Order: sequence, then structure tokens, then C-alpha cells
Amino acid sequence: MAEEMEAGCTRPTGGPTGEAQKQATEDETTTETLQQEVKPMIQVGHKAPDFTAPGYQKGNFINVKLSDYFGQWVLLCLYPGDFTFV
Amino acid sequence: MSIDSVFVHKMWDENELSKMVDGGVPFPMLSDGGGQIGRLYGVFNEEAGVENRGRFIIDPDGVIQGYEVLTPPVGRNVNETIRQLQAFQYVRNSKGTEATPAGWKPGKTTLKPGPDLVGNVWKEWQTKMVE
Repeated sequence: MAEEMEAGCTRPTGGPTGEAQKQATEDETTTETLQQEVKPMIQVGHKAPDFTAPGYQKGNFINVKLSDYFGQWVLLCLYPGDFTFV
Repeated sequence: MSIDSVFVHKMWDENELSKMVDGGVPFPMLSDGGGQIGRLYGVFNEEAGVENRGRFIIDPDGVIQGYEVLTPPVGRNVNETIRQLQAFQYVRNSKGTEATPAGWKPGKTTLKPGPDLVGNVWKEWQTKMVE
């Protein structure tokens, strides 16, 4: 499912996949626009936006694509930062 | 998922989290450097430059069934998250014929929506059942 990733000196990044990514390559200012625009909160009953992201799991660095996990229940949790207290 | 790199995730898991959870965190700890994914989900805190506490329940079709967003100082309640997951799974397995009332837990009464239930929920459900 999640493919293993080499640990290199550049910090790996992920991001949205699909249509949003296509737009980003067509228009370099998209990232800026995304930051300024007030995006509506995503809605229940709607498809979860797909993305890829680098990850760490049990000693390995991996690359994760959300849609690879469709077919099972997924709990996606975001939090402010590692080593913060809560 | 947080804005921390996978290297910091490794250090946090090895040096702290594994002392709270046997064997460390079993699931993938994802990195969202730059907050692109947090923005996509509407939970990136632009002022602080970090993710707010966003939690999304996604069903096997990839559909978001529920979410919760908290500001940083208050932690989540994993028992409530599990309760919601169990309720969504129950409803899905019933193919939409049953619904779970407020405070439902596995084993408790569910509701079967239909014309006969209109105005009669009080016969099936009381506030004391939430306890």
C-alpha cells in the first residue's frame, strides 16, 4: 500500500493530488491564491480530498496516498506539532 | 499529520511516544510541511503556521462522515471518536435502515426511521438512555 521512501537530505513534501495539482502546474500563482482565498470548510457527505504525504511508520519512511486506504475506514488526525504538550 | 518532518516524527516516536504506547505509534505519522494538506482540509492556522486539531472520519467509499476541529490547547477524546466510528459503521451495515440516537453506544437501542416513528420517538428513546 504505502511505498517505502529513501531518507535523503532534502525534506520530502507531499500535497494535494488530482485536479488541484494540475492547476498548480498550469498557474504558478495558485499557491499564493490558495493562501489568500478563504476556503470553505470541507463538508460531511462529500468525498475526502486526495493527497500524498511523506510519513514515518515503525522505523520506516514511507510515502502515503490517502486514496490507497479507501475501502477501509480511515481516521485522519491533524495536530499542531510534535513535542507539544497536549 | 503535522507540519513536522518525518525525521522529527521518528525522534518523537522513539524518544517520547514509545514511552506512552507499547511499541510506539502503529499507524503512519504524516508530514505536511508547508501546510498544503491542512489548507485543503480547512484546518491550517495561518496566524500560527501550524495545523489546528482536525479529525476526520472517512468511510470506505472515501466520503467524509464526520469531523471535529479544536484549537491547540484542548486535546481530543479518543473514546468519543471510537463511539462515532462504531455508530457510522453500524448505520452503514444496516444499509441506511437504522439510525443511532443521541448518546448511542454499541448494544443500545437504534431507531428505524419510517412513517410510524413520527411523533413516537419518545416511546423508543429517553434522555436517561444517554448515560
